[in-house]
Amino acid sequence: MSLKNILSDKKSELLASWFDRILDTYPAETAKFLRNQKDRFANPVGQTIREGIEDIFRELLQDGDIEKVSCYLDNVIRVRAVQEFTASQAVAFVFFLKSVIRDGIKDIPLTDELFHELMTLEAQIDSLALIAFDIFMQCREKLYDIKANEMKNMTYRLLQRANMITEIRDEEKDNNLIAIQKKEVKT
Amino acid sequence: MAKLPKPEELLQLNYNPPPSEDWMDRPVELKQGNFCWGAKGKNLAVVEFPNARDWTPVEADWKLPKDWEGTVLEAMADRLSKYRSFKVFMDICVRCGACADKCHFFIGGGDPKNMPVLRAELMRSVYRKYFTNSGKYLGRLAGARELNLNVLKEWWYYFYQCTECRRCSVFCPYGIDTAEITMMAREFTNLLGLNTDWISGPVANCYMKGNHLGLEPHAIMNSIEGMIDDIETITGIRINPSFNRKGAEILFVTPSGDLFADPGTFTAMGYMMLFHELGLDYTWSTYASEGGNFGFFTSNEMAKRLNAKIYAEAKRLGVKYIIGGECGHMWRVLNQYMDTWNGPADFMEVPKSPITGTVFDNAASTKMIHVTEFTADLIKNGKLKLDPSRNDDLVITYHDSCNTARGMGLLDEPRYIIHNVCNKFHEMPDNTIRERTFCCGSGTGLNASENMDIRMRGGYPRANAVKHVRDKHGVNMLANICAIDRATLSASMDYWVPGVRVTGVHELVANALLMTGEKERETNLRGEPLPGKGGNE
Amino acid sequence: MKTVLPFFAVVILVLFPLFGVTVAHQTEIFFGVIVPYAAMAIFVVGFLYRVAKWGKSPVPFCIPTTCGQQKSLPWIKQDKLENPSTTMQVVGRMLLEVLVFRSLFRNMKTEMKEGKAVYGSEKLLWLAGLAFHWSFLFIFVRHYRFFVQDLPSVIQMMEGVDSFFQIGAPLFYMTDAVILGAVTFLLIRRVYLPQIRYISLAADFFPLFLILAIAISGILMRYFFKVHIVAVKQLALGLVSLNPIIPEGIGAIFYVHLFLICVLLMYFPFSKLMHMGGVFLSPTRNMANNSRIVRYINPWNYPVHVHTYEEYENDFRDKMKKAGLPVEKE
Repeated sequence: MSLKNILSDKKSELLASWFDRILDTYPAETAKFLRNQKDRFANPVGQTIREGIEDIFRELLQDGDIEKVSCYLDNVIRVRAVQEFTASQAVAFVFFLKSVIRDGIKDIPLTDELFHELMTLEAQIDSLALIAFDIFMQCREKLYDIKANEMKNMTYRLLQRANMITEIRDEEKDNNLIAIQKKEVKT
Repeated sequence: MAKLPKPEELLQLNYNPPPSEDWMDRPVELKQGNFCWGAKGKNLAVVEFPNARDWTPVEADWKLPKDWEGTVLEAMADRLSKYRSFKVFMDICVRCGACADKCHFFIGGGDPKNMPVLRAELMRSVYRKYFTNSGKYLGRLAGARELNLNVLKEWWYYFYQCTECRRCSVFCPYGIDTAEITMMAREFTNLLGLNTDWISGPVANCYMKGNHLGLEPHAIMNSIEGMIDDIETITGIRINPSFNRKGAEILFVTPSGDLFADPGTFTAMGYMMLFHELGLDYTWSTYASEGGNFGFFTSNEMAKRLNAKIYAEAKRLGVKYIIGGECGHMWRVLNQYMDTWNGPADFMEVPKSPITGTVFDNAASTKMIHVTEFTADLIKNGKLKLDPSRNDDLVITYHDSCNTARGMGLLDEPRYIIHNVCNKFHEMPDNTIRERTFCCGSGTGLNASENMDIRMRGGYPRANAVKHVRDKHGVNMLANICAIDRATLSASMDYWVPGVRVTGVHELVANALLMTGEKERETNLRGEPLPGKGGNE
Repeated sequence: MKTVLPFFAVVILVLFPLFGVTVAHQTEIFFGVIVPYAAMAIFVVGFLYRVAKWGKSPVPFCIPTTCGQQKSLPWIKQDKLENPSTTMQVVGRMLLEVLVFRSLFRNMKTEMKEGKAVYGSEKLLWLAGLAFHWSFLFIFVRHYRFFVQDLPSVIQMMEGVDSFFQIGAPLFYMTDAVILGAVTFLLIRRVYLPQIRYISLAADFFPLFLILAIAISGILMRYFFKVHIVAVKQLALGLVSLNPIIPEGIGAIFYVHLFLICVLLMYFPFSKLMHMGGVFLSPTRNMANNSRIVRYINPWNYPVHVHTYEEYENDFRDKMKKAGLPVEKE
């Protein structure tokens, strides 16, 4: 039986354990809520993480494509990126999967073949972690973008009326900001 | 090289307090991204607030006045004797926990001190120490603690992390409203000069210049003229609003944010187009040029001082009644406070729509109606020619603002309008709308940029519900009736649900409105091609 | 600490009368007469004092939490119970709140998950709260039988309903089981859920332990260590007729039960149990959302310093004139 089949069989158990370890990164009073409230609108964080890791796990076992995995990782990291975690804390949950898997198969005799598969899988998890760092950075950069855009949005009409900028209106949507940015670079 | 920690260990450094730890033992830590910059002395001085000085929250020395503890406790005694809400809410909480997971900041962030019950306990613990016998004698055992600098910092940190949205109050078996407690905490902090730049700046501006942005009369006119130009480009109609005009029938007041910040400006254009089409006899005021009230986020007295301008201006101009634009906290104030503070408005008449003849008995005393009440009545009576297909590129959902939902109950008027001006509309899930609506995450003057992290966390429950309807129904536009929402939800959507934009209800109205003598419209108010007109959508 | 201490406090409160009356019979007058009168006095005076103290603070603003559609245009249906605009509607809202815990009920949501209905613990909180309060009330009223010679038919009917199943002798009261179950649930919830444990104080555990002890002592007395019921009634009648007597041969367990009730009564006015009175005074629930229809008066409203139009025009007159705005003074 290949490693991936073993992991597939133990899927729910492994996911539960992975989920628990992630919840351990929250205060106990919060973890209980994140775990027990199953309504995805009353508890978006818990449910996003739950669904997110399930999707990631599935893609990982299927050697799924990077686009999809990135998208699933994004769902989870986007949340953690604004939750007072440092960068390492925010993405560490990916590494948790390694120990979750090792713990999960510790009763199974490790053949050479299995060991090899495990190494490959762990290398894949490492790549996931690297992607996770990228996503984390994108999220943080996005926040800075939003801050800057908000300030510009707020004063756009004023600047416009004060003739500090000339109106540049393209056919395209929502390019007011781009216009301002371009103009600012020039001046 | 030192032994490298495991990932789990890294995390546990910061989190997971031992389960036996009491919240009182966890000292507050001011984390960047969660709080706003301190107020500038000059802005506090303008409105005669005490202890005006420049101040930085992260510095250890908060430059507090001498005997600040005495000041706070004295004020606490005073407010306890003035507000039954405060007194009762200090006493009757049974800590059942029903509110615990109802706060958007707790749901999105997970800091236990954002559970409404605990936020209130931050204040109750001090109340017990100084105002109850059990607290005085039993101390900690009775849940009491002394007021000290750490407690004050904790108050400041967490009561400026509450948006007074009242969602917890809906679920509390005794109706305990954290907003009432937050308001008191903000009164106390303001007595010590502890306000934020983002709140105190607009307050000073509004006091001296009439609006939060501090725009002088000519700048207001200038901005509105800009919108008129845009309206003319789009519709071919030149409209001509009046300012500070005596003898007008109606005074129109809206949050100043709508005059300068996109996408609020499109809503403001919407009002003007509608009023023009109706031939409404109305005027703007540059003196009462702010519907919103950031004073409400400092102290009761300051809120009253800012609000006074609306009735004063209505009286000076001799209008018959007032129409108020789309804004959230503005309407909490207009519905529950204005008449009490600055009434009676007996110099005006009960609002009566000049178009339909409908008398708005529900504003018989305040003489101020909500623009969606006004417009819903017009539509019901068939007074508007509408082409909802002009909004066919939009798939809309509607966000109830906290204040209009839980401090007023304005729920069906905007929905009725949306149903008549748009063809594609989908509600978000039941437990996220109407009285159970989620805050945008940035109310009560928390919509600064330095606290963007917590804004995004607080906005997540709302955004998550939007995401659901985006994925399920292809929703691409989030309608609302709040100027702060229009600004802050834009940011929140940008982060959480890219592809969904934000609009005021009257922008949708104006897009659908067939105006007398208009040219064939090619674009909507945002200058984007209308569905079926050019473009490649 | 906040759990253990209240627990031992209640244990001591149990042992106190138990030893008292067992060791020295003279203490019966203390536990059977003095303490009950004192407790009653403290309860009544304390309760009224607290309510009066709340009442002394005015309600400056009309701040109902609206949970439904407001009264506006005639063709828009108002949600009269969730957003009342008249006194009668407020009464309706309060009745719902007090009798069936409307707001707590809102808390629960039945989720369909994989075809099955899933209930959160929130529903249990509402149910346990309701079960606890109603069974407490039922039991309280049932005790009326000890204080009158002839039992009113209402009480007889209540007893009939309560012992509907006709199990055991004396007949088993359902409310006894319900209150035990409900209090135990509320207690376990406080200990077990980290979120709730975190927010709980000693003052949250003490009344739970106390009420649990009262219920247990009452049940023991009725079903197990039977006390001299006629004597109990004599004592009760003596107390209400202000002609107290201490009949012979009432078991010690009775004095434990009575003493704990007295402690509860004395503790009541100083504790969160005052929510019983407070719920009626909560401004977010007991006010009509009619502040736009009728002016609400704040008794301490005072004039404030405002920036007048005149001052504003003085600041900007030139700019206003230049922009073509009308001004009051040229």
